[in-house]
Amino acid sequence: MSQIARPTSPHLGIYRWRVNMWQSVLHRLTGLFLCLGALLLAWGLIAAASGAEAWNAFAGFCASGIGFALLILWTWALLFHLCNGIQHLFRDTGMGYDAAQRDHSRTPSYFATGWIVIAASVALTAAVWICLFVRASGGAA
Amino acid sequence: MSVIGENTLRTPLKNVRGLGSAQSGVRHWWLQRLTAVALVPLSLWLLWLCAGLAHADYATVRAAIAQPVHAVLLVALVASLFWHGALGLQVVIEDYIHTRWQEVALQIAVRFGAFLAAVACLFAIARIALG
Repeated sequence: MSQIARPTSPHLGIYRWRVNMWQSVLHRLTGLFLCLGALLLAWGLIAAASGAEAWNAFAGFCASGIGFALLILWTWALLFHLCNGIQHLFRDTGMGYDAAQRDHSRTPSYFATGWIVIAASVALTAAVWICLFVRASGGAA
Repeated sequence: MSVIGENTLRTPLKNVRGLGSAQSGVRHWWLQRLTAVALVPLSLWLLWLCAGLAHADYATVRAAIAQPVHAVLLVALVASLFWHGALGLQVVIEDYIHTRWQEVALQIAVRFGAFLAAVACLFAIARIALG
């Protein structure tokens, strides 16, 4: 198919980076990463259905160094995609786009909610894993 | 002559090539949101279930999945998750893969892969819950 070379609009390079741009990029990246996480869930379910040996292979991967690091990353990716997705759903209704909320003479409120989303995802990830560690050490003692 | 193209600025060539809207964008947008809304409670529940099953042995895990409430919620989660993921990957491929045959091949692979993985999950849940 022949393509006509049309003039293109300026891309990312001309914009000053704002938190909502990070949110957009991170939403895509975490979404892609979570697709791999969905395959991990599939592996776990199939292993559980297949037998103890298959399950032990899956559990062994999760307990390994790489598996452990990936699980923490997946937890954060899930919680970021979740928090940002909730904000996305509210914005989809047109909420937060009023003139006052876009007023750059004050701090636009979407900057605040953007940082709240990022901070909440990190705090929730820390909370989940601290709970797991506390319970694991309590169980061992 | 056909009515199409008579009162429009589009040339007949443009209409024949069919490079306009595919008329399916709203459905995609809506399903993406619908599955997102479903995944808000379901993914939080999955996190809670997985955290509870950390360090659990094989029999405990199977018993947890076999519980009717857990099995039903897992089925709902798997359906929403792979649907949502396939819709998301579709947009990413549309945005970044500009070689036509690669784009089509990837779109087909994503659809088949998501469907296959979802069916495998559903089969596994059914086997544990009913077996």
